[in-house]
Amino acid sequence: MESIAQFFSMGGYALYVWPAFFITFLVLIGNVWFGAREHRIALRDAKRRAVQVKSSQE
Amino acid sequence: MFKWIHRFGSPPFVYRLSGRIAPVLGVLCLILMLTGLYLGLVVAPADYEQGDSYRIIFVHVPAAWMSMFVYVVMAVSSAIFLIWKMKLADIVAQASAPIGASFTFIALMSGSLWGKPMWGTWWVWDARLTSELLLLFLYLGYIALRNAIEHPQLAARTAAILAVVGVVNIPIIHFSVDWWNTLHQPATITKFDKPSMHPSMLKPLLIMVVAFQLLYFYNLLVRVRSGILQREKRAAWVAKELEN
Repeated sequence: MESIAQFFSMGGYALYVWPAFFITFLVLIGNVWFGAREHRIALRDAKRRAVQVKSSQE
Repeated sequence: MFKWIHRFGSPPFVYRLSGRIAPVLGVLCLILMLTGLYLGLVVAPADYEQGDSYRIIFVHVPAAWMSMFVYVVMAVSSAIFLIWKMKLADIVAQASAPIGASFTFIALMSGSLWGKPMWGTWWVWDARLTSELLLLFLYLGYIALRNAIEHPQLAARTAAILAVVGVVNIPIIHFSVDWWNTLHQPATITKFDKPSMHPSMLKPLLIMVVAFQLLYFYNLLVRVRSGILQREKRAAWVAKELEN
């Protein structure tokens, strides 16, 4: 239990170490998320377009 | 050789290939990231001078390196786009900009959080920090320029010129610690004599470097696929691709 508390205290630098890691991964995960969202939207638009083209040909 | 180049300039080929590679890169990245975090935060010992605060380098150094690497990729593909009018090169440059901006932000933010306890200040206007901040503005300028110009062709070309011109900042960032007497410490790992870092600290750092690299390529491929779809949605191959 003590070692866990020690781990989180980061030798007194918890206030600097944890925000650095937290913000880093927040930004990285956000980046991946936005990339995935952009791809979903692009796929949806392209599919809609494909359906339109198909129906205009019929 | 030319046939090979031609294949990598073909949107359907790149779209399919990156769709297959991206998930592999994503999984590898996740494994390395978790391993690096475990080794860096739990296994590696505290530094005898800096205590546990040095652990910030496990995200700071990879992010700082990637901020420059991504910019070089962006500048080179912009140059290819300007010279050979290759659409895919423009897509790669555009997809890289937000990722590079994120890495630059992380490098500045984590450096600041390390600087406060170690240097006693969040920020100094020294050469390394200032040139890295300029890099962030170059990324943001590139993104803003693309959004500001309505004509897509003109936006792409203008932004590409900015990216190419801005590449002079990269050697400035790299050599700033040697050229000017700055507060930022000089290179520890990339110097030519043996690295002055203990293996227990060097290993997680290198793992994190590879993980950040994989994250960039994973993210890049996903964004390149979106870029291809956006530009080629009228193409017959897209309709065919989406059917199955």
